[in-house]
Amino acid sequence: MSRETALVTADWVEQNLDNDKVVLIEVDEDASAYDKGHIPGAVKLDWKKDLQDGVRHDFIGKDKLEKLLSDKGIANDDTVVFYGGNNNWFAAYAFWYLKYYGHTDVRLLDGGRKKWELDSRQLTADATDRPATTYSASEPNDAIRAYRDEVIEAIGSKNLIDVRSPDEFAGRLLAPAHLPQEAAQIAGHIPTAGNVPWSKAANDDGTFRSDDELKALYADAGLDEGKDTIAYCRIGERSSHTWFVLSEILGYPNVKNYDGSWSEYGSLRGVPVALGDERGEA
Amino acid sequence: MCGAIQGGPSLEGVDVANQAVIQGIVTRDGEPVGNAYVRLLDRTGEFTAEVPTSATGQFRFFAAPGEWTLRTLAPRSASVDRPVVAALGSVADIAVTV
Repeated sequence: MSRETALVTADWVEQNLDNDKVVLIEVDEDASAYDKGHIPGAVKLDWKKDLQDGVRHDFIGKDKLEKLLSDKGIANDDTVVFYGGNNNWFAAYAFWYLKYYGHTDVRLLDGGRKKWELDSRQLTADATDRPATTYSASEPNDAIRAYRDEVIEAIGSKNLIDVRSPDEFAGRLLAPAHLPQEAAQIAGHIPTAGNVPWSKAANDDGTFRSDDELKALYADAGLDEGKDTIAYCRIGERSSHTWFVLSEILGYPNVKNYDGSWSEYGSLRGVPVALGDERGEA
Repeated sequence: MCGAIQGGPSLEGVDVANQAVIQGIVTRDGEPVGNAYVRLLDRTGEFTAEVPTSATGQFRFFAAPGEWTLRTLAPRSASVDRPVVAALGSVADIAVTV
């Protein structure tokens, strides 16, 4: 994995707008953004309605994914390019999710929707119509997904990266004040985790920083390249952004996203928790 | 900060007495800019939140009391930084020109 295989530029997307084998997918938490205007030919995925199970606390499984992508007209051999608002958080989450189910060629549009808008590039409200396909997903790849027991075992042994804001890390905030949903029972962080807010990996316009800047960022935070790494946030979308940086741009091996994240961990009974700006002891 | 709401979160049903609101409008040549992005940076310059402006160029944050920087990104212009002080129970109104 490398920047060249994982990211595409806005120019590249413009040059491939008429390429049927390149499918643009906009993923937002605020789905109204797509309806107002999207990149011509882009398909819409709603992070919550389309990708979450709705009953179980999990994303949709293989069968539902196959139906979803078939209905949206996405084929196994298509190049899928995700982009979205919020500096590509949910696009990165969808990228990680599609990799989990084995899609071969997935990319992220560097800078996402914001960069596209700031460049004054074309947006349209026209509906996208792609003929249905028969999509076949692979079995889940748990090499990129961490579960709670593995996270507890990782305390003091693996790299744990908490990508939330410093106030959430320290336990001064459970979640942004105006967004009380999906909060955990208690505040704090997983002991021994380093705090590298996701935003440090991106420029103001939402594009990713250079490889050298990214390597220095995580090295300064004490990331040991010889160890496996687990990234987490509150609900797994910001940590997908960081997973993307570590695994897909920098190509570090054995990086997992803990999508249960703090909303799960901070609701578990009896597990170790650290408060304050320090990492805490194992 | 999940779900960046265009123009910032609504004040409807919010007890403003318990909030430190930062809000305002982005204009260019006297016209509202509806496709700008406003970022809220903390006193160390660290990203805290970001919202796209509404069609009428408006934005709003619920911040904590203290010193902040508003950084506005708009098409065809350099980013604009404005310092702002937020206080509980007050609304800091900022006009940003790009």
